[in-house]
Amino acid sequence: MSDASSSEAHVVLREVSLAFGRRRVFDGLSCSFPRGAISVILGGSGAGKSTVLRLIGRLQRPDRGEIFVAGQEITRLSDRRVNEVRGRLGMMFQGGALLDSLSVFENVALPLREREHRGDVAQEVRRRLEAVGLPDAGPLLPSQLSGGMVKRVALARALVGDPEIVLCDEPFSGLDPVNVRRVEALLERLARDLGITLIVTSHHIASSRRMAEQIVFLQDGRAVVGTPAELEASPDRRIGDFFRADGEGPFTLPEGAAA
Amino acid sequence: MRVPFVEDTGLRALQFIEELGKTALFMGGILRSLVLPPVRVRRFVNELYDIGVLSLLLVGGSGIAVGMVLGLQGYNTLVRFGAEQSLGAVVGLAVIRELGPVLTGLLVTGRAGSAMAAEIGSMVTNEQLDGLRMMAIDPMHLVVTPKMVAMTAVMPLLSAIFTCASIFGGWLVGVQLLGLDGGVYLSSLEDAVDFNDDVLGSLLKAVVFGALVGLIATFRGYHARRSAAGVSAATTSTVVVSSVAILIVDYFITALWGV
Repeated sequence: MSDASSSEAHVVLREVSLAFGRRRVFDGLSCSFPRGAISVILGGSGAGKSTVLRLIGRLQRPDRGEIFVAGQEITRLSDRRVNEVRGRLGMMFQGGALLDSLSVFENVALPLREREHRGDVAQEVRRRLEAVGLPDAGPLLPSQLSGGMVKRVALARALVGDPEIVLCDEPFSGLDPVNVRRVEALLERLARDLGITLIVTSHHIASSRRMAEQIVFLQDGRAVVGTPAELEASPDRRIGDFFRADGEGPFTLPEGAAA
Repeated sequence: MRVPFVEDTGLRALQFIEELGKTALFMGGILRSLVLPPVRVRRFVNELYDIGVLSLLLVGGSGIAVGMVLGLQGYNTLVRFGAEQSLGAVVGLAVIRELGPVLTGLLVTGRAGSAMAAEIGSMVTNEQLDGLRMMAIDPMHLVVTPKMVAMTAVMPLLSAIFTCASIFGGWLVGVQLLGLDGGVYLSSLEDAVDFNDDVLGSLLKAVVFGALVGLIATFRGYHARRSAAGVSAATTSTVVVSSVAILIVDYFITALWGV
């Protein structure tokens, strides 16, 4: 399994520790995300998958440790400098985080308008909505969209600033199998065509197997990093079980879980 | 030896000081947003509509009802002393100096302040504010400040409408129902009310109450816990804290400046 300090790393977390009150989430977490690759963060509920994305976006500061985004250490940056780094990031939130009062078009146009985009905003928004397969959704309000459409609009919004790194928090949660495959194919195509570094959190083992070039498995506040095949063959039974629990292979429920 | 009472008191004192510090930082953020471009005219106008126009019926109707009650009670009391000709002055001074700004503040807190806290709290829960941060957009600038400024601007206007409606309500009862001369009602009002001391003072109170309600509502919403219960708590505390704050601040403004 790979080491945390890859020379091609686009995002690096080094010895990160974080606690919420008495609950320690990370205890010396180290991992890196290669440039231009699709990395999937896996782990049980409460393992801190979404928190890793929040740390990378500096929505959360660690108690200790360093986080490098595109070579820039972000934990001690001023708000203004952090915003410069965020200009290179796009984030798709689990629930979409679209503004209810704005139409789909206005939601996608918002980051462009705020950055005083010099090009044709309408054309850029149309291009992004077409890229996610929703060319006619512009006039709709977020409340008029299905779960899959919300995810795709959120992805379109995350992509409008031409980010180098896109963070996707649970892009497959709450979707039917067809929409899972649709969003998965979309992410893969965008990562390939645009050459972006894609960091995805997921519970969806099948999608993770198919799309991930690297998996970061969170366990006991630390990360185990490897390819899907490496982690599946891990001698650590908890990691192996995590992969097998979603399939048809041999799997033993932990004691007391079947009650 | 542990003394729970002392521990609890100390903890509460620390929480209170922390809350004060957070409020000061929050106010600083609003002031900073006020001077930084861009000027968000459209959002400000939208907020004016939501807070002001949509409260018109409530404020106007309540104003008439309060004026009618004041007219009835005032007439019944004044007639005992043969001073019913002073009804206009009694109704006018009561609503201009006290009831207009105070009751408008309480009504607007219940209708628009609570809605404001709930809206911002929901945005926190649904990660919409984090979504803005990830687009390098300051939520204080885009969401909080327009609401706060609109609440401050709209309160004196609504208070003036409430006051006029109350005077009209007093006139309805005193003149139309109880047979007082209309000219006497209006001339006693005109003689008793001083524009600088009473009317401007009333508007000053309303501006202070507007700023107070705006600050409390946005602060509570912005710091709501990320759950439905958190939004509910933020909404409830906005109404309670704003109402009590209006009454206390009203006393101090009256006592210190004689308004």
